[in-house]
Amino acid sequence: MHELSVACAIVEGVVEEAERLGGVRVKAVHLRVGPLSGIDKEALCFCFDLAAEGTPVAGAELRVEEVPVVAYCPACVGPTPQVKQGRELEVVALEVFDEAPTG
Amino acid sequence: MKPRLVEVRRRVLAKNDRLAAELRARFGAAGTCVVNVMSGPGAGKTTLLAETLRRLPPGLRAAVVVGDLATDNDARRLAATGAPVRQVNTGSICHLEAEMVGRAVAGWDLAALGLLFIENVGNLVCPAAYDLGEDLRVVLFSVAEGEDKPAKYPTVVMAADLVLLTKVDLAPGLGFDRRAFEAHLRRVRPDVPLLEVSARDGTGLAQWVDYLTAAVSAKGRAVANGER
Repeated sequence: MHELSVACAIVEGVVEEAERLGGVRVKAVHLRVGPLSGIDKEALCFCFDLAAEGTPVAGAELRVEEVPVVAYCPACVGPTPQVKQGRELEVVALEVFDEAPTG
Repeated sequence: MKPRLVEVRRRVLAKNDRLAAELRARFGAAGTCVVNVMSGPGAGKTTLLAETLRRLPPGLRAAVVVGDLATDNDARRLAATGAPVRQVNTGSICHLEAEMVGRAVAGWDLAALGLLFIENVGNLVCPAAYDLGEDLRVVLFSVAEGEDKPAKYPTVVMAADLVLLTKVDLAPGLGFDRRAFEAHLRRVRPDVPLLEVSARDGTGLAQWVDYLTAAVSAKGRAVANGER
């Protein structure tokens, strides 16, 4: 429901990272999303293109990796009420071109 | 030309989390206990808070930041209690963010406030994802919403420190099944405390106020210990 805010936050972060990497062109953004993040993949991908418009990230592809919920405690070898994985909402990697686009 | 892959690992909501951490530090230094109140639209957040403000012990000064897409209706209802109130209009945004709360409390003497309620935008989905620097998250479900709301919206339930079942005075007329509600809630969160309240007939309000004053005292003790 707040996918547009999230998409804007992703674009903002990726623009910063791209500048930090020396003004690279971003081909793809790899995002890891857990079911408990409350994010809908399709809505997010739709919003991402809109949010990227007019920024250096425009035209980049959003690749979403959906990870399952994990509530397992390795120490006690059993289930735990604590969620170990599933709330993820993070940019894990960028595919970049080192040269700025020409023409 | 082939693209190269650069590992980044950057949490998307890192900016909100950073602002929330700054707010938490400010609230902590001031000794203000902050309660983020979340529910779907119409579950009775404003009515409950207005009644709560009237019942807090004298000497416990409380304020409210209230978020809605539009109108200052809730702020006016809450301000009628005499408490300081700030309305945040989010426009089209479906939740409050730490930055909005930071702007809303600007100019308030936090040290004079024992308790700050943040009444989130009525929405059971998005607010759960945004840390506002609060100490406690309270989630309301009203009996009019049906018994299975906690099962349908587990994310917000996962985030809750306390669940309030509101408008329980209406339960008989609606044929509301408390046991079914609790079973749905327990499947998501076996451990979360549950309190039944009615702002209209006063059910549970004394316990709710006790819960809040205990949280305020705990926060005060934590601050005192931290300063020593």
